[in-house]
Amino acid sequence: MKEFWLGKLGWHALPHEWFTILGSISFVMLGLTVIAGLTYTKRWKWLWNEWLTSVDPKRIGIMYFIVGGFMLLRGGLDAIMIWLQQSLSSGASHGYLTAEHFQQVFTAHGNIMVFFVAMGLIFGLINYIVPLQIGARDLASPFMNTLGFWLYVAGVVMVNMFFLFGGEYAATGWLAVAPLSGKAFSPGVGVDYWIWSLQISGVGTTLGAINFIMTILKMRAKGMTLLKMPLFTWGSLCSMIMAVSVFPLLTMTLFLVFFDRYFGTHFFTTDAGGNAMMYTNLIWMWGHPEVYILMLPSFGVFSEIVSTFSRKPIAYYKSNVLAMIGVSSIALLVWLHHFFTMGASAEVNSAFGVATMIIAIPTTVLVFSWIATMYKGRIRFTTPMLWFLGFIAIFALGGISGVLLAIPPVDFQLHNSLFLVAHFHSTVIGGVLFGIFAGLNYWFPKIAGFRLNERIGRYAVWAWIVGFFVAFTPLYILGLMGATRRLDHYDSSKGWQPFYIMALVGGLIIAAGVALQIVQIIASIIQRKRLRDPTGDPWDGRTLEWATASPPPSYNFAVIPEVKTRDAYFEMKHLHAPKHAFEDIHMPKNTASGIYISIFAFLAGFGFVWEINWLAVVSIIGIIVCLIARTFNEDSEYTIPAEVVRKMEKARTDKADTHRKDSRDDEDDMGLIEFAKTVITWALGIALGIVRGKK
Amino acid sequence: MTHHTNAEAISVHEEAANDRVMFGFWVYLMTDLLMFAILFAVYAVLHGNTMGGPTGRDLFNPKLALSETLILLTSSFTAGMGMIAARRGIKRQVLVWFGITFLLGLAFLGIELFEFAEFIHEGHTMTVNAFLSSFFVLVGTHGLHITSGLLWLAVTLIFVIKRGLNSHLVRKLALLSLFWHFLDIVWIFIFTVVYLGAFV
Repeated sequence: MKEFWLGKLGWHALPHEWFTILGSISFVMLGLTVIAGLTYTKRWKWLWNEWLTSVDPKRIGIMYFIVGGFMLLRGGLDAIMIWLQQSLSSGASHGYLTAEHFQQVFTAHGNIMVFFVAMGLIFGLINYIVPLQIGARDLASPFMNTLGFWLYVAGVVMVNMFFLFGGEYAATGWLAVAPLSGKAFSPGVGVDYWIWSLQISGVGTTLGAINFIMTILKMRAKGMTLLKMPLFTWGSLCSMIMAVSVFPLLTMTLFLVFFDRYFGTHFFTTDAGGNAMMYTNLIWMWGHPEVYILMLPSFGVFSEIVSTFSRKPIAYYKSNVLAMIGVSSIALLVWLHHFFTMGASAEVNSAFGVATMIIAIPTTVLVFSWIATMYKGRIRFTTPMLWFLGFIAIFALGGISGVLLAIPPVDFQLHNSLFLVAHFHSTVIGGVLFGIFAGLNYWFPKIAGFRLNERIGRYAVWAWIVGFFVAFTPLYILGLMGATRRLDHYDSSKGWQPFYIMALVGGLIIAAGVALQIVQIIASIIQRKRLRDPTGDPWDGRTLEWATASPPPSYNFAVIPEVKTRDAYFEMKHLHAPKHAFEDIHMPKNTASGIYISIFAFLAGFGFVWEINWLAVVSIIGIIVCLIARTFNEDSEYTIPAEVVRKMEKARTDKADTHRKDSRDDEDDMGLIEFAKTVITWALGIALGIVRGKK
Repeated sequence: MTHHTNAEAISVHEEAANDRVMFGFWVYLMTDLLMFAILFAVYAVLHGNTMGGPTGRDLFNPKLALSETLILLTSSFTAGMGMIAARRGIKRQVLVWFGITFLLGLAFLGIELFEFAEFIHEGHTMTVNAFLSSFFVLVGTHGLHITSGLLWLAVTLIFVIKRGLNSHLVRKLALLSLFWHFLDIVWIFIFTVVYLGAFV
């Protein structure tokens, strides 16, 4: 009976290791603080109506940033834990983690960084910026977008369940290679948590990708032909096309792993004819393109930034577009380079090796396009531009080591070594994370209405760049010395420990960079009046997102601009586009269906993890009922009459005028010392106030 | 702005929305096709791994599979007729044609479940070997799609009865018949690769 209602669940599952208990306590504390804050300020209704049920891609984008940002801290903590263990655990010392814990930590690090940090932040940027860049008011399917976001959140909760709730996480590496991930070798619930957090968020990604393809191809402003599209939109389009091409493979592969574990089938098992190498093939057919799914929007971000801050249109626009299409097509054909050692024939290995090397060509075309844009440009070295330059240095290193690894004989030596780890961190940190940071700095004024502090931003960039090289240069060297990845302990005679310690120091410098980024945001909020952007165009931008206010109204554009040239807004500014009459605007209504469906999806996953069958079945029925209720609801839009639009626009321009009048230009962006002074003064002020209040 | 042009603007707005939804659904169908592609690839790799047990040639009944094929093809035809009626706005014909489609789909599903039950009864379950795992999951996934198609069809027809043939429901029917033809195509591949392939 107990088994029917609770499956494998029991008291033994609750967090009982010191690090899961710590994690659990800190998350509970965080949750209680948020709940208390919302109750105290009576913001629950506001949160639900204005944010959680919103279908506005701008709001959903911001929610992606918040969740992704928290996950960055979470995954970063894992990274420091890994480095700490490795720098301690040499010879007689075995560090502070057991082998099993260590494996869970690096698995969680990989999953969180790829699925919940990089994917989340990239989707946030695409949500916020793409509709603005193409002159659209909303997305093709606003409901699918909110559903995609909430499925992502359900995945985030699932990946953290092992210490929020209990059980353990997968100890298999981020792709849970077979047959290790099978029931025979991983009997616990860790792999099941892994399956369902990826499955649920992966379905969200597929939905989001379909939606953005529809939006970009069908909802561009009049006159914006494909070859007049801004490059960030192009990068996003390529990325989303790749996502719909490979995420279904992930979904199906995860189902097969699930069938093996839950129903006892034999797809990837060692017995009864299962084929474990087939799993490796299937998962990398998704896994390799996934890296480029993250990379292409980031390439687009860099194109926008280089062009704006060099005060020039992008050089070789068409080659740039062609190169992105080239990267996204070839990236689908290189997956086998992840397992040259599988033992395929020399012909197969060389074909995939050559394809991998070829991908360097379009990537280099992109780099040359950016360099040529800077050439003879009047460059402004703002924070986004510094992120870009850091990216070029780090990404070039990652690219070159990648071409090296693409040579099968070399790969046989370096397979699964720390050289590989250093290589993909060079490409992903340099290519994806720096792109996201550059984009957030660049578009922050559009999102918040005031720009970010430049001075502290520069400190953060330098901390990241220096920290990166201090952390990963030793890993390249260790890899060449023969250190394999994922080692929780090594012999002291190897002489590796100094390099691991150096890597840890680099990791701490990167952590300082993250801290500086947080300080940068807080300092900018303190100085928001001085940093305010009343024009909506703080950087002298070139594309349509700068043509509307900062932050934009819910309908983005009161009058949808007509596009005549590539850098549409830059031309408009100099030609004074004629004003059109306002018209009625159709907008989608908010909906909570996405939240309900995601809660059911989460519960279904939870049921499968703990083998609580009734919960899984009930939840699936719940999903179906919600879907029917939503898709047959014909009343999902509302209209803003033209007269209201006119009034709203007038109120907005009036407000911008007053802001412009009292904008202050007399102080600099605050530095760290001034920031510390301000914060301490505040804290003292509050403390004094409390003391006086008591008296 | 006069009332007339306003209504016109709304219909333009709705037409654009229709166009987007149709396009998005095609993209969705492609993603679904890729999931089947994985299952076909897996079946191609694993179908020989019977571990000494019976092969497809020993198990499959080609007559049963042929009857399933004919039933599903006919149901695609009736769905097409139903769609013509929907475009013309004749509610009664829509209900009749799609009603027949529903019954044919149910018959298909019945035969498939009968086949599965027979296999399971004889001890050829999906946990026995890799061949049976890949067979059950490939054909079963198609069956699950048929089931969800039937559910979707039933709900849509109930709404057609309740609300009449409005533009939303005609769009739903158009998407549904696309889905149904898609499942038909996937079945033709299953019939060829799995059932006929076993006797080559």
